[in-house]
Amino acid sequence: MKAATLTRIARAQQRREALVVVTRLADGLQCVVDAAGCSGELALAPQQAAEAAGLLAGGRSALLAGDERLFARAYVPSPRLLIVGAVHIAQALAPMATAAGFEVIVIDPRGAFASAERFPGVELCDEWPDEALARLGLDAATALVALSHDPKLDDPALELALPGALFYIGALGSRRTHEKRLERLRAAGLGELTGRIHSPIGLDLGGRSPAEIAVSILAEVIQVRYRGAAR
Amino acid sequence: MKRVNTDDDSLFANLLQWRAAGKAAALATVVSTWGSSPRPEGSHLAVDEAGHFVGSVSGGCIEGAVIDAAAQVMASGRPQLLEFGVSDEQAWQVGLACGGRVQVFVEPVE
Repeated sequence: MKAATLTRIARAQQRREALVVVTRLADGLQCVVDAAGCSGELALAPQQAAEAAGLLAGGRSALLAGDERLFARAYVPSPRLLIVGAVHIAQALAPMATAAGFEVIVIDPRGAFASAERFPGVELCDEWPDEALARLGLDAATALVALSHDPKLDDPALELALPGALFYIGALGSRRTHEKRLERLRAAGLGELTGRIHSPIGLDLGGRSPAEIAVSILAEVIQVRYRGAAR
Repeated sequence: MKRVNTDDDSLFANLLQWRAAGKAAALATVVSTWGSSPRPEGSHLAVDEAGHFVGSVSGGCIEGAVIDAAAQVMASGRPQLLEFGVSDEQAWQVGLACGGRVQVFVEPVE
């Protein structure tokens, strides 16, 4: 692999962009296929380029059809978990989700909650949720969980998230809390989208402690990522 | 500061660090699988010249052999295509206990 290809993969990952690297297994020659097209030492036939573009769109890796033994490796943005509310459950959830391969960002403008002491090694964002989400972008590889229990934080996050492409949206709270939340979101004109919110949040594992609830939230996020939303 | 923490992200961060430190490195990739194999096509294992490695191309059964091949690839500068499976003569040493077969491409990183 050329140094330039290595740098390009790393840069695409940082920008949350997708690309495919096609390698000829006979000699290791490579080319990069992305939204702008195909570039590199290895020239692809039109049919091969089209197949690589399909793998780019689907985020899948495979040998291309034909006898040439060309392997296409898709690099797609890593799943990302945005946690609104730097609360006790978030302290357990952030490292668990990191270990499970998620890029985790905890959003809370309240400095007493979102402190480096409470979240060692976790990326913290001290903006208000609506500002943070507008800046971070809400792509289809992103999940959002609203855990703050404070409508001033959770509601603006949900209002931005609901029309977005995110694969998962969840909100912590009792049934009564959620009913009131739904009323506010309906009043904000988002009634048709509120069915997207997973609440009660998490798979029903029966756990009660913050860490146990974090496990059930992460389990549900992973389930929806691979199996799709049942609701 | 942007934290890199997902499998692919941290693997490429490691490769960049090794190269920046002037270390030789190789990248192994699962390119095809048959039957039940533990890691899908595209799975990576990165190795540096001292044998440090990140990622995985199996459940742990062939990593040692891939790391050995990576050292050869770093020395020669030429890629290798490896195949592992229960049909190998060395099945009990580097075969896949799960009964699957995998092909792993090992390339030098410039």
